[in-house]
Amino acid sequence: MNKMVLLGDEAVALAAVHAGLSAAYSYPGTPASEIMEYLIKISGGSQKFVAKWCVNEKVACEEALGVSFAGKRAMVSFKHVGLNVAADPFINSAITGANGGLVVVVADDPGMHSSQDEQDSRYYADFARILCLEPTGHQEAYDMTREAFDLSEKFNLPVLIRLVTRLAHSRSSVEVRPAREQNRGEAYGNWQDWTLLPSNARRRFKLLLDRQKDLKEYAEETRFNHLSLNPNNKKLGVVVTGIAYNYFKEIAARLPEEPSYLKVSTYPFPEKKLLQLIDQVEEILIIEEGYPFLERFIRGVTGIPGKKIRGKMDGTLPPSGELTPDLVAEALGVPVKPGLKVESLKLANRPPQLCVGCPHADTFKALKEALKDFSRANVFSDIGCYTLGALPPYNAIQTCVCMGASVSMAKGGAEAGIYPSVAVIGDSTFAHSGITPLLDAVYSNTDMTVIILDNGTVAMTGAQPSFGTGEPLDRIVAGLGASPEHIKVIIPLPKHHEENVRVIKEELAYHGLSVIIARRECIQILGAKKRS
Amino acid sequence: MKYDIILAGVGGQGILSIAFVIDNAALEQGLNFKQAEVHGMSQRGGAVQSHLRLSDGQIYSDLIPLGEADMILSVEPLETLRYFSYLRPDGAVVSSTSPYKNIPDYPELEDVLREIKRAPLSVLIDSEKLAKQAGSVKAQNMVMLGAASLFLPLKEENLKKYIQVLFEKRGEQIVKVNLKAFDLGREAAASGKK
Repeated sequence: MNKMVLLGDEAVALAAVHAGLSAAYSYPGTPASEIMEYLIKISGGSQKFVAKWCVNEKVACEEALGVSFAGKRAMVSFKHVGLNVAADPFINSAITGANGGLVVVVADDPGMHSSQDEQDSRYYADFARILCLEPTGHQEAYDMTREAFDLSEKFNLPVLIRLVTRLAHSRSSVEVRPAREQNRGEAYGNWQDWTLLPSNARRRFKLLLDRQKDLKEYAEETRFNHLSLNPNNKKLGVVVTGIAYNYFKEIAARLPEEPSYLKVSTYPFPEKKLLQLIDQVEEILIIEEGYPFLERFIRGVTGIPGKKIRGKMDGTLPPSGELTPDLVAEALGVPVKPGLKVESLKLANRPPQLCVGCPHADTFKALKEALKDFSRANVFSDIGCYTLGALPPYNAIQTCVCMGASVSMAKGGAEAGIYPSVAVIGDSTFAHSGITPLLDAVYSNTDMTVIILDNGTVAMTGAQPSFGTGEPLDRIVAGLGASPEHIKVIIPLPKHHEENVRVIKEELAYHGLSVIIARRECIQILGAKKRS
Repeated sequence: MKYDIILAGVGGQGILSIAFVIDNAALEQGLNFKQAEVHGMSQRGGAVQSHLRLSDGQIYSDLIPLGEADMILSVEPLETLRYFSYLRPDGAVVSSTSPYKNIPDYPELEDVLREIKRAPLSVLIDSEKLAKQAGSVKAQNMVMLGAASLFLPLKEENLKKYIQVLFEKRGEQIVKVNLKAFDLGREAAASGKK
């Protein structure tokens, strides 16, 4: 027996390798980054495979699709909002189908530990009409991921694996099995399946719809969906999905009689098993980590005559945030233990903050000073460490929506009359989704100033490589057609403060598009270099 | 047997290094464990905690229910208090007394320590002093692990083995400093217990 200590993310990564993975692609994002980190770490071993960070999730998904077309096994992984970026190839990969096994791993972030929303990726799988696997623990994450590749090839469809933060970032021991060989990739995909002209796409979509009954059959028989009927408890039946199962089992041990339950870890959900459970009990409690996805199906419009249904939609469980064993205890009527209380002291919060000596802090300071005489200025910002610039002591930015939105929103803002309209975006976020909106702004010569914070890395997620940094970044900006006189590079250090304020002021005063690149290496990277 | 630990501190203090050592020592002893940790935005200089559960049986939840933790092990005193509601009535608090003041409204240390002492069993350790004595102020996490080791259901030798594993890439000197920090923490806790 070979046991390894692995993060949930790492269990998925290793399982993919053991399933004969040929190539994996990703863009960093919490809580999914450790999947690719781990793959890169182990990719030098005997099982040679491609493991690469990509410029963004859409590109990653399409590269994986290319591998699948070639008949080899591919995996793409990212955080939940990354799937928004990759939605186009993702949804359409269900129409082309998979040739080599194609697994899309999406890590959701209920509770928004490190995200701007808590969207539930099960909807995406449902939307694309493909299988969704939702592991409850580390061993299942490993076993399911291995099986996902087989399922993808069996049904000729991509398979989505949904992780949540608590599993992605939890560590436990996992029993691993010997690796399977990679596919040889002898037969490419058939061009008529993969060229989505309407005539082909209609035929493919019909095939996808016809395939649904096979997926449903699989969901009924898979060991991952498990029905446990307790003839001694006819009152309550519990439907638990994903890691909610863990909280349920933890708390149910405190009940005199365990309720009957249906554990759902594979979707489309097993309707027959669900009906069996409903038949047996008076009341249904639905516990899900994420949105009330199953609950909506189960309730329908009319509910179930004669049965009480409880869950997130009636307030038995909170409609937002992460589940905890204590919330599940309350829902099951088990008293929560009091613990110790802090009595005479207000606990000051300790929010995350920019590191001491962070270059972003110097840029924000200079920017604030340059803007101080403008009462109607706005700074649109983006996703990264610098989003912390919204908090005291900086209070330097006013928006953060999604990757790249700073540049496009600054353009829209400028066109709505905002002056100065400023975009602040990191180098990697710029490469990810800032280039196309900058091209838009160049085309219109919009009166706005884009500040690219070039710290040379994807800092927030643990220093992955940036695709547009240093001199190549300067060339990208110039190549997009930004006016050379209004591309400036500054070095955000306290000793250059006056100079930096002057440069920013000049560019704010220019009524056209300016790009200022604030270039200084992330101090975490600098520190790591000094240590090694 | 089950033993639930809340690990607490500030991002950068090495909470996950403590977890690494405990996880592996537990596995070495044939125990099951689950350890939920914090990454990403929540890590940068902010409050950090990890739920670490050990058991000889199956562990379901990655999170410890309120009032169930057998120990709060904290490298920072204010952070100790943040998780008080997780501690069971007879649980142990093993806390550093060395504050990490990166916020403007950090309370009076005296008030913080007085609150910590309200726990039925509290072991307070000047981790900064002992870590410096061991050779590096960065080794406060290993000082605290040493102090906690008196209570953990894990063998001292197994903990030390994985301190070695954890630091060996950084050279023998760093290993020595961290093992020394562990010993000093353990001694301090033992003398405080008497």
